[in-house]
Amino acid sequence: MTAVDPSAGDGGKKKSARRLPGQGLVEGLGVTLRTMFEGAVTVQYPHEKEEPPTRARGVIALKEENCTVCMLCARSCPDWCIYIEGHKEARPPRRAGGRERSVSVLDRFDIDFALCMYCGICVEVCPFDALFWSPEFEYSEGSIAKLLHDKRKLGDWMEVVPESEPLEVGAEIKAK
Amino acid sequence: MTHLLAVDIGWGWTLAIKTVVVLGLIPLGALILGYTFLLKMMSHMQSRLGPMDPGGFHGWFQLVGDGMKFLQKEDIMPEQADRRVFALAPAVVVISTFLIFVVVPTGPRLVVKDLDVGVFYALAVSSLSIIGVLMAGWASANKFALLGALRAAAQLIAYELPLLLAVVGVVVQAGTMNLNGIVTAQQGGAIFGWDGLGNPYILTQFVGFALFLVAAQAELTQTPFDMPVAESELVSGYMVEYTGFRFLFFFIGEFGTAFAFAALAATLFLGGWALPGVHGGTADLLGPLVLFVKLMAVAFLIFWVRFTYPRLREDQLQAMAWKYLIPIALANILVTGLFKVWL
Repeated sequence: MTAVDPSAGDGGKKKSARRLPGQGLVEGLGVTLRTMFEGAVTVQYPHEKEEPPTRARGVIALKEENCTVCMLCARSCPDWCIYIEGHKEARPPRRAGGRERSVSVLDRFDIDFALCMYCGICVEVCPFDALFWSPEFEYSEGSIAKLLHDKRKLGDWMEVVPESEPLEVGAEIKAK
Repeated sequence: MTHLLAVDIGWGWTLAIKTVVVLGLIPLGALILGYTFLLKMMSHMQSRLGPMDPGGFHGWFQLVGDGMKFLQKEDIMPEQADRRVFALAPAVVVISTFLIFVVVPTGPRLVVKDLDVGVFYALAVSSLSIIGVLMAGWASANKFALLGALRAAAQLIAYELPLLLAVVGVVVQAGTMNLNGIVTAQQGGAIFGWDGLGNPYILTQFVGFALFLVAAQAELTQTPFDMPVAESELVSGYMVEYTGFRFLFFFIGEFGTAFAFAALAATLFLGGWALPGVHGGTADLLGPLVLFVKLMAVAFLIFWVRFTYPRLREDQLQAMAWKYLIPIALANILVTGLFKVWL
């Protein structure tokens, strides 16, 4: 087997002038032979787990304390797979003699992953950073009805959400 | 075989043992080649691992499992098919493979039938598979199948010639058509007077060896000569209407024939069962192993080429056989003949 220069395959015209007939065929055999001994790139999934990239769109996670029940995500969802229910509660005023505050409390936040098409619009649209992409991907179920996950489960997936990358230089100033 | 057992067990038992050996050898060979090369070597050449789980160790059980799956599948026959011919075609293909093995020697006495015209017989029965392929294509009542079958016929006839002519050089040099005789001639030969290694004919008949491999590649309809089964043009050629067990027959035929041709090439060019300095009973014991190792080396070449090159065009295929391989083969015979007469 001739030693193969990786640049020789589609190299300049200087090299192609000196090429022997059938040289490309032999080089092709060399490529397959070398690849054979290089080892496979396969990850044997159930036995060993691949590390998903940090921005993997595995599943949508919910950070409940950030949610204000504003319904923007549910309304922007193209296939209506987000179910939100909430109620208002009165909270004591901040200052003595002030007016009572009313806050929205989240009762139900379900995402039906049988319907979800992983477009990520809800994550984009959330103004309070309550929805995140989580790299978790092992949540298949035997029954399609079991793919409706509630806020507790969505909250559990928050644990594997990687820290958001620092903003680019100058990005914060622009945002103001 | 009966001699090896050193008892005379009668022709009936001899025949039974020989039949079982031949019938068992082809599917086993097909499995070994299919697993080693199709599943494992090809995978690694594509940076994959191939099957890893079936059977525990590197997926060795995968093909057996596939075979069992084929057994469970529905046997579908097209409505317009010529039913009897359709059913018979896979058997014809496989039988031609079985028949090749009748003459391949695996030891000085370990040969099913030591024919005097062994080479001639082996190449003659190997071309029987063309008939099976044509039958399959015609009986399927499918235009893709028929196109594939006609391509196969044209291709196999074109490459039958260089295959035969490549072997003629070996026959001329050995002075016999008996395969065991050819092996003995190689074992007893000498390279420039030095007989330590014998004289495997790959050294003198290297042109013939190359021609034989190229032609065998086409005979086996392996890529780059796989136009008859070109899956992107003809779906799957003559096999397109076959399912289940009949399809399995074609699979066994394909890899069994590869096994047989590799065994033939190893016998004709690499010295067959012979190992330098091994004679008599030891050769009978070691022979099958030695032949197997040489056979796998040849099969490696065949499949290495198969997994490397893309498919040729139909006219390029024909041009290669008629314009290049046959003239080269004829010149090789001429040169071999001249050496034989003058040296």
